[in-house]
Amino acid sequence: MPSVLILGATSAIARAIAAEFARHRSELILAARDAEELTALAADLNLRYGVKTQAQCLDVLDPAAVETSLPACLAAAGETLTGVVLCVGTMGDEEAARANQAEAERILNTNFTGCVLALNVVANHFEKRKRGFICALSSVAGDRGRQSNYLYGSAKAGLSAYLQGLRNRLFRSGVRVITIKPGFVDTSMTFGRPGLFLLASPEAIARGVYKAINSGKDVVYLPWFWRWIMLVIRLVPEGIFKRLRL
Amino acid sequence: MIVSGINSVTTPLAGWGRYPIEPCHLFRPERRRELAAILASGAQRDYISRGLGRSYGDAALNRESGVISHLRLNRFLAFDPETGVLECEAGVSFAEILQYFLPRGFFLPVTPGTRFVTVGGAIAADVHGKNHHRDGTVANFIKDFKLLTPGGEILVCSPASHSEIFWATFGGMGLTGVIVSARLALRRVESAYVFVDYQKTRNFEEAIGIMGESDRQYQYSVAWIDCLATGASLGRAILMRGNHAPAAQLPKRLRDPLAAPSHREWNLPINLPGLALNSLTVGAFNALFYAAHRNTTQQLVDFEKFFFLLDAIHNWNRLYGKRGFVQYQFALPPESGRDGLAAILERLARSRRSSFLGVLKCFGDANPGLLSFPIRGYTLALDLPADRGLKPFLQELDQLALRYGGRVYLAKDATLSAETFAAMYPQLERFRALKRQLDPKGVLASSLARRVKLVES
Ligand SMILES: Cc1cc2nc3c(=O)[nH]c(=O)nc-3n(C[C@H](O)[C@H](O)[C@H](O)COP(=O)(O)OP(=O)(O)OC[C@H]3O[C@@H](n4cnc5c(N)ncnc54)[C@H](O)[C@@H]3O)c2cc1C
Ligand SMILES: NC(=O)c1ccc[n+]([C@@H]2O[C@H](COP(=O)([O-])OP(=O)(O)OC[C@H]3O[C@@H](n4cnc5c(N)ncnc54)[C@H](OP(=O)(O)O)[C@@H]3O)[C@@H](O)[C@H]2O)c1
Repeated sequence: MPSVLILGATSAIARAIAAEFARHRSELILAARDAEELTALAADLNLRYGVKTQAQCLDVLDPAAVETSLPACLAAAGETLTGVVLCVGTMGDEEAARANQAEAERILNTNFTGCVLALNVVANHFEKRKRGFICALSSVAGDRGRQSNYLYGSAKAGLSAYLQGLRNRLFRSGVRVITIKPGFVDTSMTFGRPGLFLLASPEAIARGVYKAINSGKDVVYLPWFWRWIMLVIRLVPEGIFKRLRL
Repeated sequence: MIVSGINSVTTPLAGWGRYPIEPCHLFRPERRRELAAILASGAQRDYISRGLGRSYGDAALNRESGVISHLRLNRFLAFDPETGVLECEAGVSFAEILQYFLPRGFFLPVTPGTRFVTVGGAIAADVHGKNHHRDGTVANFIKDFKLLTPGGEILVCSPASHSEIFWATFGGMGLTGVIVSARLALRRVESAYVFVDYQKTRNFEEAIGIMGESDRQYQYSVAWIDCLATGASLGRAILMRGNHAPAAQLPKRLRDPLAAPSHREWNLPINLPGLALNSLTVGAFNALFYAAHRNTTQQLVDFEKFFFLLDAIHNWNRLYGKRGFVQYQFALPPESGRDGLAAILERLARSRRSSFLGVLKCFGDANPGLLSFPIRGYTLALDLPADRGLKPFLQELDQLALRYGGRVYLAKDATLSAETFAAMYPQLERFRALKRQLDPKGVLASSLARRVKLVES
């Protein structure tokens, strides 16, 4: 049976993506930091869909873990591993991060550096095997910086640019790289935050992710209309944009 | 690091009857440890757990204070196919259990008339089904559950360990602690079908007579009552009683005995105008319904139709318009049941308050649950539109029920007074004492709890 590795598997979006793969009969390796949640999720997916699941503790901010456990995990999955989905991210406390450098660093490192270092390892693994897919959740927030979440947004912009370059590099090896840019999704990341609209369910995003992976697309906005919303937002001249309260 | 899940949304919430509607601060944790973090956060005055909001009144509401949704804490944790024991989080719904375990030959041991309830809600209300006369409530099938106490401790409660808390939690309406997960013994079945016998009776007396004689032959038994009929037809009824169908007796065309046919689902997208249901339309409906049924036996009915008729119409509660409705369910002991039912049915018919569904059942023995609703005898459930005169009318019914030694079901209730409640539940003082001991700071409370004084307010 094919298998998929999910990084950041304790997120609600990741849970829905894992379920989508399990329904289509993929085994799952679930990685994140929270062992208790990983165990519950692994059991749940196994009982619902009857596929093998496995939990793997991994902190992408721990260089030693990224250098050793991640390759070990990829190697253990062996030939059946068809791809990796990365859902690691954090909204962080953007207000606090203005004064608190440690929080700023955590936001940047979690959403950018940690993801990139982990994906480097994944990319080398698949490049050698000359197949596989790498799908990562970036965000529409990376398409234009705004005062309410520009640390998060700039890290996501960096991640999107990294994925572009990686796609270019891996094209020749036949490894696909898919960038997902979700709009607002109904998860704990957004729950209780003001100013949300057009909130999508994690399940709807998961269906879109599964479809994107199995189609030839490179960059996918989910739901689709965010492509057009972001197009309009990007077209607003900076001279006007800087005056807006966004 | 900020703990996610501690965020809350201020939003109007209601039960299934959509009366009352109250502003609450809703939390929706996605990780189990966030439950304890919320209780300890001091973010709100107090908190109450909420499942799928299928209790009718204010049980899962907490006006201007904290409500914790369990809907994202719905993981299956373990299953033993030998014993059929399923361990799952409290936010798992009965619908999910059926979806994933019926195809493997397992059914719910006890189920209410809707499958859109959570395991936590089922325990907190100590729900009963059409098989109470045989199998009792859901409590009989819960091996144990993990309870997060108001003080932040996790207790594994079973009839053998922390048994007092175990029995206070069944019917305890979320006030003894937050149910985190439970182990539930599923029932092995051979098919997704039930063989049903339908029998019409002239009035309710004939119905309870027949039920008393022959309910033992049926795992499931319920009677639909026409609450508008009067005189000699008072409470005329259709008995619907059945047993799980053995696979060998199913027609050949049903290739997979454990798969139910898919039904068309309906959605009522808007509130009907308040007048759509009145004694005339309901009277006509009831007469049609009664006339359309024949006395037939061994009818093969799939489980959705037999157990969950109304689940096929999503948001059917909008039938009653914007003002909402209440469901009124009471139980009466065997000695005074007949007279009590007659008195209440007469009062109801006289009031011309339309009730679509009058559902009558014979209950088996009560369990040790301190506030568990079922007692041996009879129970009747009615839907009544929430118009202006309803409250005094229900108070009248409360007094009638009380006079005949009866009690009202908290999971359906929206109007009961503290005094009447205290008179109906003799173990209330024990419950209150235990609650004080478990929750000295009053961390768990709900609008219902304040209304009927389950907690000091
Ligand atoms: C159409 C219909 C038919 C019904 N038929 C029946 C029937 O035949 N028999 C019957 O017994 N009932 C019946 N009910 C009532 C229903 O079964 C109960 O109200 C049940 O409690 C609803 O579960 P819920 O998950 O929606 O809980 P909610 O309504 O959300 O909550 C109900 C209570 O459970 C508590 N609770 C919920 N989750 C937890 C938790 N994790 N920890 C602690 N406390 C918790 C809440 O605080 C609240 O007090 C019916 C309801 C409807 C709408
Ligand atoms: N929700 C939205 O509206 C939205 C919109 C656009 C994009 N996205 C993106 O979609 C992804 C999932 O979002 P979500 O809303 O489900 O968020 P979430 O609940 O906050 O999930 C974040 C995930 O990242 C993991 N993670 C965080 N730090 C980590 C670390 N150091 N090492 C390993 N794993 C780490 C978390 O797991 P542990 O804590 O267990 O380690 C968790 O699984 C994120 O990348 C997010 O940026 C979300």
